[in-house]
Amino acid sequence: MSKKPKSGLAPAPVKSASNPAELKALSVCASHGNRASELLEILHDVQHELGYVPESVLPVIANAVNLSRAEVHGVVTFYHDFKREPVGRHTIKICRAEACQSMGTDHLCKHAEKSLKTDMGGTSPDGSVTIEQVFCLGNCALSPAILIGDKLYGKVDAKRFDEIVAGLSKETAA
Amino acid sequence: MITVYVPRDAAALSVGADEVASAILAEAVKLKKQVRLIRNGSRGMLYLEPLVEVETPTGRVAYGPVTPGDVADLFKSGFLEGKSHKLGHGLTEDIPYFKKQERLTFARCGITDPLSIEDYIKYDGFKGLKNAIDMKPIDIVTEVTTSGLRGRGGAGFPTGIKWKTVHDLKGDQKYVACNADEGDSGTFADRMLMEGDPYCLIEGMTIAAIAGGATKGYIYIRSEYPHAINVLKEAIEIARKANWLGDNIQGSNYSFDLYVRRGAGAYICGEETSMLESIEGKRGIVRYKPPIPAIEGLFGKPTIINNVMSFAAVPIILDKGGEFYKNYGVGRSRGTLAFQIAGNIKQGGLVEKAFGVTTRELVEDWGGGTATGRPVRAVQVGGPLGAYLPESKFDVPMDYEEFAKVDAMVGHGGLVVFDDTVDMAKMARFAMEFCVLESCGKCTPCRIGSTRGVETIDKIIADDNRAKNMELLADLCVTMADGSLCAMGGLTPFPVMSAVKGFPDDFNKPGKNKFLAEAAE
Repeated sequence: MSKKPKSGLAPAPVKSASNPAELKALSVCASHGNRASELLEILHDVQHELGYVPESVLPVIANAVNLSRAEVHGVVTFYHDFKREPVGRHTIKICRAEACQSMGTDHLCKHAEKSLKTDMGGTSPDGSVTIEQVFCLGNCALSPAILIGDKLYGKVDAKRFDEIVAGLSKETAA
Repeated sequence: MITVYVPRDAAALSVGADEVASAILAEAVKLKKQVRLIRNGSRGMLYLEPLVEVETPTGRVAYGPVTPGDVADLFKSGFLEGKSHKLGHGLTEDIPYFKKQERLTFARCGITDPLSIEDYIKYDGFKGLKNAIDMKPIDIVTEVTTSGLRGRGGAGFPTGIKWKTVHDLKGDQKYVACNADEGDSGTFADRMLMEGDPYCLIEGMTIAAIAGGATKGYIYIRSEYPHAINVLKEAIEIARKANWLGDNIQGSNYSFDLYVRRGAGAYICGEETSMLESIEGKRGIVRYKPPIPAIEGLFGKPTIINNVMSFAAVPIILDKGGEFYKNYGVGRSRGTLAFQIAGNIKQGGLVEKAFGVTTRELVEDWGGGTATGRPVRAVQVGGPLGAYLPESKFDVPMDYEEFAKVDAMVGHGGLVVFDDTVDMAKMARFAMEFCVLESCGKCTPCRIGSTRGVETIDKIIADDNRAKNMELLADLCVTMADGSLCAMGGLTPFPVMSAVKGFPDDFNKPGKNKFLAEAAE
């Protein structure tokens, strides 16, 4: 039985990892010294490994870092970055902040939704691409900007967007 | 061997710098030319990116914007000898956009290889820290106070006073925390410095640590900046190995270590207390003040919190003295600010200039007007919580107090330019919508007020009881400004009311419900 979390909330029920995702989460926690203060880093790493943060790993993480399940749930749901459902193979973050608006990002967003046949926040029917709105990628002098993984693109109009997406499917096929 | 520079800055990469670098290397191999390629930071002339520079006996010669398709032609016209070409701009330092600046904080950015400590030292790096090591901590604080440096994150609080508070406190553990959650649209100075001159930030934070008596520091960088995160992590490792961080820095009695923490896509974490919560691994909920973070900050300990630009201004202050820095600027706004010209702009980029320069100079002289070629109608200064300036206010000098007088704020120095196709009622609605999405939810004026704000502006646009709803909106803005816990809800009224006051016609169009119709599409 783990010691009572500092918050005074009930500790997460002890739960041993029973599937690969949970085992992965445990090892990520361990690599961060099971420190509650590194919860954001832990969640980033779990998402990097699993593609999203499944519900089933929350009690495992809570237990490992000695927080209540509610506290971990609270953190996961507070931050836009953490996904609670699986997403497409690629996530395209389209900037919708003011600078990109001044260069027609509204039009780009509509184009993206139409060409990928999904709404903002959704995944294309073939499961390849998720599109997501973000507010500022720090590329405001070369608007509109999008971010795919760690790759930033500037001056993205509808035509360039289509070329980039076509490049992604080629990458996936290769 | 000829040295060629192609930036590794994220903005340059976003328009193909990697592809250009590969093309240059491939062409050099093909033509059997000896080329040494250095991936520098950006010079800040983002409209010219990818900006390729070639080292020549008379200085570095600039070419840009270069595409991979231009490379063969550049070689053919002799760019390795700095010869002329249609993409050529002559000596980089003579380009008026660059030459007219006053670069103190960004003095090295774009010149050096960001990760080379040798480069950093060659261009005056660590001089400030060396001085600081030999000074009494209180004298460091005094020097910063003398410089007149004020918080560059937007609030403009005197940095020296903040440091003094932490210096005067006793404590077994104190911290330094750097706010690199640069979430404001139209700002990229923090990102450029972190990617282009990371040791400058490390040096500034180390000086702060010595002044305040801290031994640990955190840099909180937003997850939208993967390049900056990687560069800083690498730079910290290198600095540690070279003993510019860690125990007994350069043989002194001072020890300081530094860690990078990633954000997770929450704008509110740029608010300092919310950032502290986030570094502690919690929801980014704003804290009540008092206690101020200088007294009870990270993990409840005394903490010096500053923005990237504030810390990065410190090395030169400790190198050349507070008086030197203070000689730049106007009124109570001393030193320089890295202005960022963005949005619908022909020549977007970073312009470091002493306070006192005007919006018009930045947008017209440096920016060259809009990218679309249409007239400039509005400029939002200071991020999503800053006011929209109509043309009549373009000549107000950039000065914290002068801007406050016209209900605007200088903020972080970001300028987002809009042409005459902008619908300001829509932008006012967006300001409220952004607050709905990004409010931490702790206080009612921000959490509920923003939602009511969106609804009210929708009614105004639809000409539903317009006069009454305009009154209601103004009243709501007063409630949000006076009643919110932090700047998120407290400053959202700025863009909204500045749009209402500066662009009344946009709120008075026939009630076609244009935006709702668009949204319903």
